[in-house]
Amino acid sequence: MAIELTNIRFHYPAQPNQNILSIPHWSLASEERGFLHGPSGSGKSTLLSLLSGLLLPSGGELQVLGQHLGNMSGRQRDCFRAAHIGYVFQQFNLIPYLSPIENTLLATRFAKRQPSIELNEEIQELLNALHIAKKEWYRPTRELSIGQQQRVAIARALINKPRLLMADEPTSSLDMKNRDAFMDLLMSIVADNNITLLFVSHDLSLSSYFNNVESLSDINQAESPASC
Amino acid sequence: MLAKLAMQSLLDRKGSVMLSLMAMTVSIFVLLGVEQIRQQTKENFSNTVSGVDLIVGARTGSLNLLLYSVFRIGSPTNNIRMETYENIASSEKVKWAIPMSLGDSHKGYRVLGTSKDYFRYFSYGKQHRLAFTQGQAFDQLFDVVLGSNVAQQLGYQLGDKIALAHGIAATSFSMHDDRPFTVVGVLAATGTPVDQTLHVSLQGIEAIHIDWQHGVKTHNNALTQAELEQANLKPKSLNAFMLGLKSKMTTFQFQRMINQYKQEPLLAILPGVALSELWQMMSVLENTLLLVSALVFIAACLGVSAMLLASIRERSREIQLLRVIGAPPYILFLLIELEALLITLLSCVLAIALLALCLFFLQDYLISHFGLHIQLNLLTENSLYLMTALIITSIFVAMIPAFSSYRKARA
Repeated sequence: MAIELTNIRFHYPAQPNQNILSIPHWSLASEERGFLHGPSGSGKSTLLSLLSGLLLPSGGELQVLGQHLGNMSGRQRDCFRAAHIGYVFQQFNLIPYLSPIENTLLATRFAKRQPSIELNEEIQELLNALHIAKKEWYRPTRELSIGQQQRVAIARALINKPRLLMADEPTSSLDMKNRDAFMDLLMSIVADNNITLLFVSHDLSLSSYFNNVESLSDINQAESPASC
Repeated sequence: MLAKLAMQSLLDRKGSVMLSLMAMTVSIFVLLGVEQIRQQTKENFSNTVSGVDLIVGARTGSLNLLLYSVFRIGSPTNNIRMETYENIASSEKVKWAIPMSLGDSHKGYRVLGTSKDYFRYFSYGKQHRLAFTQGQAFDQLFDVVLGSNVAQQLGYQLGDKIALAHGIAATSFSMHDDRPFTVVGVLAATGTPVDQTLHVSLQGIEAIHIDWQHGVKTHNNALTQAELEQANLKPKSLNAFMLGLKSKMTTFQFQRMINQYKQEPLLAILPGVALSELWQMMSVLENTLLLVSALVFIAACLGVSAMLLASIRERSREIQLLRVIGAPPYILFLLIELEALLITLLSCVLAIALLALCLFFLQDYLISHFGLHIQLNLLTENSLYLMTALIITSIFVAMIPAFSSYRKARA
């Protein structure tokens, strides 16, 4: 299992009576492509924060790639996330004043990889594979189109060869044509590299790309949908 | 890598960073400038006179005596009779005595009437004697020896004829123009008020006043030059004199003797003691200046912190992104600290460059108007200490925004 949740509860420390998430059980098998859908505010982003170790659950057991996140220190979770989890947001996936190369390089540093010629070649190959033209490599990413930025975001998320890639509405700022191109590219890269993919979105039309489609409201038993 | 990230992030916010940088630069400039001037004034100051055991003048405050005799500031309150000087100078305890007669000027520079012993015995700094760059001591009645600044500023050469003015104002209406003096010597720079002084013999001073009464010229050229030179010009009074004693052990005893002199009320001071008294008075002012500039610096630090704090609000997504790619919260703390540090370091460099530039261009002005010899050597031990203190302060103040960024990263 890439992800396994048992009796997970989460509430913010300030509101102990208001559970945002309460999941009796949910899992995602290795190399599966999972799609979780739900309206905005249903706790999708909170779930991803838990799975990436940014937040700790208020109760329950949380296993990601065979590791019990609840038993790790904050520092260990940061290292684990840097090395094994790729993450793509809806937007602001890149430091806007750094170039695609620098953004990708930054991700390797937190995974404690030393700069080397091989690493540079690896980054360039990845950018090529994601159809980022060479002339865009050294420009600040804020000057790139949204479609280009989201593709660089995949490069940044995948440079450390993570076993799990999480994507939080990565297509919602793209138009139809870009969205389909993005999805095709994502799927082929995930398949080529044997990566487990967890994709959350409110857009059900994307579900055709996935073999495991679930609604967050089916697995989440928390009474009231929280505000974020 | 973090430094590069901090640098790029600052470059990305040029506008607000530039303003903070300017505020910081100005404050460090003021702070270093005040410190530099303070240090150098103190050095100049304690170097103005050395090797003189006692300064004697008519009874007045010790600071007043020091000011007019050594610094050529203010005027003597009263005169000393020549007999008194001769009496004391001939004491067997006295090794040498330098008479001083003040009251005339030349284009704002004071004229000192003295004897040749002045050039032999007066010393400054660490027992440096006066040296001539050109010519020699005065020999004739109407010979004058110039301090280095006087010669430099007024462009006088050996052999030039100059007229002295009565009184000490920069523009005087009563000139001793009937009896011009000839430049026979120029002294080497000392960094003391000697540089701003014209030196003539006591007899010379007497000669130009011979047909004057109560500060007014009575008639012109009553006596010819030759007649004057032959006349026995003996001054009747002096303003002050400096004494060197044969044995330092007798200094206090001799001082008491002079202070209790029966024939005339006199005051003898130890230059070192009077100098440090005067310095203490001035240091209050300079410490205030230093304190004010330190406060200006703190204000600039707070300004930088406010700028960074505001930037953190704009950059919450950047913080979130760095967290997601694996940056631990302390890295976010360090990033903000580093940005503050970069601003401070860059400001230090800019401030030093600016100060060096200003001092370079103001050097002549400071020397001619304030007698301040400021060296361009800015990286003294003291200013390095000061800059270390500045950097540490800025690190402490930047903890406010850095901690805010850390907390944001933890959430």
